[in-house]
Amino acid sequence: MAISTKNSQYDIQADGLKKSFGNFEVLRGVDLHIKRGEFFTLFGPNGAGKTTLIKLLATLTDPTSGNLHVSGFDVKKEVNNIRSTIGVISHDPYLYDNLSALENITFFGTLYGLDDIDNRARCVIKQVGLERRMNDIVRTFSRGMKQRLSVARAIVHDPKILLLDEPYTGLDQNGSQIFGEMLSDLKSNKRTILMTTHNIDEGLDLSDRIGILSKGKIVLDCPKSEIQRSSFKDLYISKVED
Amino acid sequence: MNKVWAIIKKDIITELRTKELFSSMLVFALLVIVIFNFAFGFSAELLDLAAPAMLWISFTFAGVLGLSRSFALEKEGDAIIGMLLTPTDRSLIYAGKMISNTIFVFLVGLLMVPMFILFFNYNFLSTLVPLIPVIFLGSIGFVSVGTLFSAMALNTKLREVMLPILLFPIIIPVIVSAVKLSEQVLDGNSLLAASFSLKLLVSFDIIFLTACAVIFEYVIDES
Repeated sequence: MAISTKNSQYDIQADGLKKSFGNFEVLRGVDLHIKRGEFFTLFGPNGAGKTTLIKLLATLTDPTSGNLHVSGFDVKKEVNNIRSTIGVISHDPYLYDNLSALENITFFGTLYGLDDIDNRARCVIKQVGLERRMNDIVRTFSRGMKQRLSVARAIVHDPKILLLDEPYTGLDQNGSQIFGEMLSDLKSNKRTILMTTHNIDEGLDLSDRIGILSKGKIVLDCPKSEIQRSSFKDLYISKVED
Repeated sequence: MNKVWAIIKKDIITELRTKELFSSMLVFALLVIVIFNFAFGFSAELLDLAAPAMLWISFTFAGVLGLSRSFALEKEGDAIIGMLLTPTDRSLIYAGKMISNTIFVFLVGLLMVPMFILFFNYNFLSTLVPLIPVIFLGSIGFVSVGTLFSAMALNTKLREVMLPILLFPIIIPVIVSAVKLSEQVLDGNSLLAASFSLKLLVSFDIIFLTACAVIFEYVIDES
């Protein structure tokens, strides 16, 4: 029977989470607890295990050992419940290039089992500011527009939790600014957000709490208020190099 | 059912816009038929003997090309991950992909037959009609396994090479049954008269379809 954590104050609960690929241990006992409505940014260098952690939370792969609950549901036993409550935004847009923006969002909305899909799709496309390009083929979109549309894909089913895996990758300055504003809107809707990044400047602004993942382990987890922005870079480097 | 239809509709819209699968499969199939025709010269006796096998060799090679492309399109922009993130049963994803692939492969098979009849001097009407169900049943068997293996080959570096290597040994029973059935139909027998081959082909279709739908979940979630 699944451990009942549905009434817990935490939307993400990982205890002793491990993930190995063959003999290579990518995550080496991650403990992570993210409160409902919290914006948690997880910093880490390339190869630290950030994407693997997001994949575990998104039920795209199974943990080797440890406990993981998302929105109170056990990641090993209640995958479809978890999938209904999470939205994932990555550096890849997870969209079909040969479909229009509206066709893409309608397609994913159907797979989420939504009612009144057409209206909902139009609504989220408008929310990300792409209503004028709604019927254009995604292949013709810029990188920034694709990323905004991928936000529409991720929130079409109004998820409680958003998982963001290096979402700023490949965005230019203007694209990053627009994306940052959208994240700020998403945060104000009381969603729980976990963002991974290796870019210190992008990650600090919106966070309530921050963590550092290095070599498959969380080496720092603290409220942002305890961190001095000016000295964070040195702290990050010292934690990652340890 | 809505979810299966959404996947089929998405694949059909994509194909209507890109024409990648259909045109490459059809042109390739026709080229193989033409090459076989020239290779065997104009010996009517030899052509009669080899015709059913040539039909299915052309069909199989063209089909592999289409199946490989079908999942390559899912891989572009990692759209397949977007699909896997939704609370959709993996068997429904398999059903949607399998049905849309069957539609494309079957249509290519249908268009191949008139060319085949023309090149191999068969009577058009008496051959075309009974060959349609054979092509249909062969398509189901071929695509049911092909959809599974093209998903399996999705993340391999040599996808185009891996797919035929994985697929051909497994689909031998389907192709052999389809060749036998086509041979009897081309000899002028009715489908019912060739009931053993027909039953064999239908049986392999059911076995492969059921087994692949069950296995697909494990294959796609690890890819």
